[in-house]
Amino acid sequence: MLEAFAASTIAMATPLLLAALGELIVERAGVINIGIEGAMLAGAFAGVAVAHATGATLAGVAAAIGGGVAINAIFAFVAVNLAVNQVVAGTAIDLLAAGVTGMLYQRIYGATGRAFTVAPMRPIALGPLARLPLIGRALFDQSALVYLAFALVPAIAWTIGRSRFGLSLRAAGERPEAADALGLGVYRLRWIALLASGALSGLGGAYLTLAYADTFVEGISAGRGYVALAVVIVGRWNAWGVAAASLMFGAAIALQFVLQAAATAIPYQLFLALPYLLTVAVLALMGGQADAPSALGEPYIRA
Amino acid sequence: MSRRLAAALRPAAAIGCALAAMAIALALLGASPLAVAADLADGAFGNWIAFTDTLARATPLVFCGLAVAVAFHGALWNIGADGQLVVGALAAGALGPALAGAPHTLAIVAIIGAGGLAGALWGGLAGWLRARRNVNEVISTIMLNFIAAQLLSWAVHGPLMEPSGAFPASRKIAAAARLHLYFAPTRLNLAMLFAVALAAVCELGLFRTVPGFELRALGRNRRASAFFGLPIARLTVGAMALSGALAGCGGAVQISAITHRLYETISPGWGYEAIAVALVARLSPLGVVPAALLFGALDNGSQAMQRADGVPAQLVYVVQALVIIVMLAFDAAAGGGWRELLEGGAPDRPDATAETCDA
Repeated sequence: MLEAFAASTIAMATPLLLAALGELIVERAGVINIGIEGAMLAGAFAGVAVAHATGATLAGVAAAIGGGVAINAIFAFVAVNLAVNQVVAGTAIDLLAAGVTGMLYQRIYGATGRAFTVAPMRPIALGPLARLPLIGRALFDQSALVYLAFALVPAIAWTIGRSRFGLSLRAAGERPEAADALGLGVYRLRWIALLASGALSGLGGAYLTLAYADTFVEGISAGRGYVALAVVIVGRWNAWGVAAASLMFGAAIALQFVLQAAATAIPYQLFLALPYLLTVAVLALMGGQADAPSALGEPYIRA
Repeated sequence: MSRRLAAALRPAAAIGCALAAMAIALALLGASPLAVAADLADGAFGNWIAFTDTLARATPLVFCGLAVAVAFHGALWNIGADGQLVVGALAAGALGPALAGAPHTLAIVAIIGAGGLAGALWGGLAGWLRARRNVNEVISTIMLNFIAAQLLSWAVHGPLMEPSGAFPASRKIAAAARLHLYFAPTRLNLAMLFAVALAAVCELGLFRTVPGFELRALGRNRRASAFFGLPIARLTVGAMALSGALAGCGGAVQISAITHRLYETISPGWGYEAIAVALVARLSPLGVVPAALLFGALDNGSQAMQRADGVPAQLVYVVQALVIIVMLAFDAAAGGGWRELLEGGAPDRPDATAETCDA
């Protein structure tokens, strides 16, 4: 049972981690993107639709990246270039993605949504490591997207913290006027961040449909994008922290499967609400946003 | 063209743009935009029943639109009107069956009051978390929406389930607690009038009272408000509680006037749609009424549209989203007005409250 719990913790943490790493990049550049839920949903749908049509999982993954990037490009134009309120624009993006994916789903697969499945992404066992007790299956017998998500953690930590590009990105998030005065191009930096985040959110969505559920249902992202926003806060705007927070939330979600089987007297709705309850509780206990980028959520208008 | 006139025309232009984009999308989907528009209008206003149904569908949108408008004036980004409406409906549905034998007026006051109180607690919790624990209200209200949905699901599958246990729905509320339908079979009832009266109260409260002024000041500049010694924590909790109460009343009214019992799917997402309503109303409480009617008509008409043309009803989400985006873009391009509000009040920057007060 512990082995299964460890495996589903990783499985549940992966989409959160992919989305939260994207949101981390965006927030370090000074933008808060509530539309991340929509980007995940778009990636989930585009991925499964293309994989179903072509029969090629890799084409599905590429389409998922494309879906997430397209959604974020709309958000970037509105939030960066038109400098509108980011929270309200992000909410609109979520509605847009829910509407478009719902419509296309009904158009393509019929009003009730004919049940269909795609060939799942196969787990890749890493030789003898996968046979390690307890953690072998969880860590070394997963789909490629899981390995990618965790490999991205050090890469993104280094890029944000040590590279020249990361320094510019952080400047855009802390003091956009100064960054622009230095010729760093705040609009360009925020666009790059949002497009990268779109790709990661799309991958997170692809994980849901191509590696986990093997199908699509309306609203399959089920608030994971919003939980990813909390993951970034709990992770203190730092890639390693985000990874740890994703694992914590992944474990909370995985816990519902264990508890549901073990304790039937407790209403299942409590388990379903657990990740959301945990989000509120952790944020309330941690309080404060002192580590947040200074210009987070402030539209920047170039003088 | 005068500035005022231009500002007044912007919502109409935003809706026009969104509808034009929708027409293009319909054409791409292979449906005739004109035929779809005709079916949509027919479904919304085609006959007396359709028209009164539009009014009934607009009513919860007025409540939620007011909730959003009040919170947004304080730069409190309440995305949680949906959860607040759900807990309001939950309280009303739980209390309703117990009101048998009570005088009608008292029962109505009790059931709507219960809904308002539950909504106030749900919204006030997010306000308290923001004021005392500095938790971003955007995230907390969204999380509380999901929690409310699970709470409702548990209630109608568990303690509040109707006696036969066949359907995930609650028992019917007592007849005394039902808002009278005057012209059955239409759904015309007093709730719409109540909603309009509330809009007027909100308008006066926001623009003619001291707390209303303070809330708007808070929304425009949190730092300066702290500097001038406004009770920021109290305003934040109060505004979020009021916002939640408005949405909660909407949920209770829906139970009392329309469904008479709880279902899992009591809200089709009114709390999110209300953001579009409030923006089209330019955050004016009185403006929320016509804006809600417009979106209520769209919702109602879209059902007919789905039946007649096979166009998925999710199209209305796309329209809502486009209206919000176009509305924001127009205001950004025009500058002035409430633009400063909608771009001030970053969701949760570390408040410089303490330093500012010491300085």
